[in-house]
Amino acid sequence: MRCRKCPQRAVLGMPRHNTAYCGPCLTEFVRTQVQKAIKAQTMFSPEDRILVAVSGGKDSLTLWEILLKLGYRTDALYVDLGIAGYSERSHEKVERFARDVAKACGSKLIIHTVEEDAGAGIKELANLIKRPTCSACGTIKRYQFNRVAWENKYDVMATGHNLDDEAARLLGNVLNWQEEYLQKQSPTLPASVEGFSKKVKPLYRMTEREVAAYAVVNRIDYLVEECPMSKGAKMLVYKDVLNRLEAESPGTKHRFYWGFLEKQKKAAESTPSMTDSDQATLLPCETCGQPTTAGTCTFCRMMARAKTATH
Amino acid sequence: MKVHLSHPNRDIELQGPKRVADIFKELQLIPEAFLIIRGQDLMTEDEIVKDEDSIEVRPVISGG
Repeated sequence: MRCRKCPQRAVLGMPRHNTAYCGPCLTEFVRTQVQKAIKAQTMFSPEDRILVAVSGGKDSLTLWEILLKLGYRTDALYVDLGIAGYSERSHEKVERFARDVAKACGSKLIIHTVEEDAGAGIKELANLIKRPTCSACGTIKRYQFNRVAWENKYDVMATGHNLDDEAARLLGNVLNWQEEYLQKQSPTLPASVEGFSKKVKPLYRMTEREVAAYAVVNRIDYLVEECPMSKGAKMLVYKDVLNRLEAESPGTKHRFYWGFLEKQKKAAESTPSMTDSDQATLLPCETCGQPTTAGTCTFCRMMARAKTATH
Repeated sequence: MKVHLSHPNRDIELQGPKRVADIFKELQLIPEAFLIIRGQDLMTEDEIVKDEDSIEVRPVISGG
């Protein structure tokens, strides 16, 4: 198979675009798509300070690399979840990238360790408060990313969610008719109230396979192994179903998510904006001050329960 | 050929030469969820893997 842009050997076929690219043309394609995403969704400008949430996996390290290559002022935050073995290996990948790639661009890595902050790793915490590990993990990561971005005055927080992540999440929300979540499923979420950072997903135009191929071509040393806690996760089932549909009809994931974004845009013209509805429903948490719909936010309630359980 | 698979990590032997597309079929894998890597290079579905080659079948799907 030959590259469709130059005479080189292709390294990746992309049926959804009916094309194939060699390494350098794939790199150019991916970076152009990210730049398009940033502009189309008004994510940030070259003057903004960006905080990327990194896990050591392909998506977040790739996002960090692309933003640096595109010249954006980017730092990264790694949350060490304290999962025996896995966290050490993911931490090492992030540190290595920070040292070997990011440092030369003046980019720094911030580390938050759950065990130091909460007195236990994520698995032990989840057991203490009798919640699924992935649910406790999501609450902690969302809280800490927002807190660090807000406290350090970053203009925007970026995550490595890709097209597969967004299509799978959409499928889950639609299958369960979780309409309240649909409005929040956007590549750009505004800093709607005091205490909330703006959140963006610059890889939403790229499939998981395209991101992984970019990482391999550009020698990004990421952790291939999956988080041991994610075994049996619903998201993996949704992704598998979507990939089976994609094999039968290339472009399915793209059409599904982009079609949703189009409908969401039209609906936004006749409904209150997210900023308006957030300002009407969110108040500062009585304990930490981060915005919440309850008196005390989910994170603080969780930490209080964990503290009670240990006494 | 030697084939390295992940989740869980394991190595298997397949008879070569074989097209990448046929390796996907034989292992009953969806191409959209994997990359085939020989050395440090990605391989497209029409390429031939020789019997003496070693390849990695790398999953690209994560829990998200």
